[in-house]
Amino acid sequence: MYDFDYHKPTTVADAVALLAADPDAKAVSGGHTLIPALKHRLNKPTSLVDLSGIAEMRGIRREGNALIIGAFTRHAEVASSEVVQAAIPVLSFMAAHIGDNQVRNRGTIGGSVSNNDPAADYPAAVLGLGAIVHTSSRKIPADEFFLGMFTTALEPDELLVAIEFPIPEKAGYAKMKNPASRYVMAGALVSKGPAGVRVAINGAASCVFRQAEMEAALAANWSPEAVAGIQQPADDLNSDIHGSAEYRAHLVTVMAKRAVVNAG
Amino acid sequence: MPQVTLTVNGKQHSVEVEGRTLLVELLREKLRLTGTHVGCDTSQCGACVVHVDGNSVKSCTTLAVAVDGASVTTIEGLAAADGTLHPMQEAFREYHALQCGFCTPGMVMSAVDLVQKHPEGLSEQEIREGLEGNLCRCTGYHNIVKAIDAAQEVMHGRSTSIAAAAE
Repeated sequence: MYDFDYHKPTTVADAVALLAADPDAKAVSGGHTLIPALKHRLNKPTSLVDLSGIAEMRGIRREGNALIIGAFTRHAEVASSEVVQAAIPVLSFMAAHIGDNQVRNRGTIGGSVSNNDPAADYPAAVLGLGAIVHTSSRKIPADEFFLGMFTTALEPDELLVAIEFPIPEKAGYAKMKNPASRYVMAGALVSKGPAGVRVAINGAASCVFRQAEMEAALAANWSPEAVAGIQQPADDLNSDIHGSAEYRAHLVTVMAKRAVVNAG
Repeated sequence: MPQVTLTVNGKQHSVEVEGRTLLVELLREKLRLTGTHVGCDTSQCGACVVHVDGNSVKSCTTLAVAVDGASVTTIEGLAAADGTLHPMQEAFREYHALQCGFCTPGMVMSAVDLVQKHPEGLSEQEIREGLEGNLCRCTGYHNIVKAIDAAQEVMHGRSTSIAAAAE
């Protein structure tokens, strides 16, 4: 790993100022994607801005019909939070199945969503629940946040501060994990609530996306049978040594069915 | 260079590190606590697991500067001062839960955290899932699971000794 300067600001404003002052600076949250990348010398930041000391990026609270989760909330905290379990149990379920216990003790929701790994879990929750991403300068609806593989609407000196999830009537998640890496091969988060009926698919393509045909079918008939006959086109799906695009297309339907079952 | 102050196994240390120094490097190279192993170095195998403020973490994927002020427990800090083994260590010995032993420090540290977080008790399946972050290349999982099952009985006061839990 190349060396770098290290900063640990205590406010979002200071963190943004540090990032704005140095185009080669990088923000680090739980570090479970960035540190492995630095070890492989895939990245060479001049400085790291550690977000762990920023109180305003922490915490989980309910505000009316929404749940607001601070960016620097670790997966283990979301998994065990009684507030989350009561309001949006699918989020706790999802968090409890990311990586392994040690990853969940370090990784954060803000880090995962900002990174937008195609095989990450949380982007499916943000898109599938119709969340609103609060950044250091604005609020971005989920539909405008995820732009492509590892790419989001965040500017280089803009930080994800919190995520606002509208509380759904029903929501469920299912994923097929790669048996070795445990990253998502294909997953589906389905929900019905203030943001309408939404189906977000992760793992299968270069970026999380909404499956409109399944959304329409579930809006008309909320049942696993409603999506059973819908085939996701394989055209733009990932194909690699772990599975072909056709296999992933098949998994999309299976995961969507299971997600509806899990939603109840 | 940044100065890091942390408590390791109850003893406070103040160490000069680089920004890039990993927690495992601080433990092994600066403090000479070589019980914590580096296996894969890619945060998958769990040989480097230690506790930071009571939570198990992979010390090969944690920057030393990021744990400034924290309390760290390594495998060396588990046994009592008089050498009495922690129930988890005792159980690993009783059940022969190791073959080559390389993964053992991480397995034990992960297992202690797992059991501490589940006072209600863990089923065999839950123990296996709880070990997802630890790999044993000897594939000796079966006895590891049995050892953890016995240790949880002692750690939560449902049995007085590993030998009793084994019966």
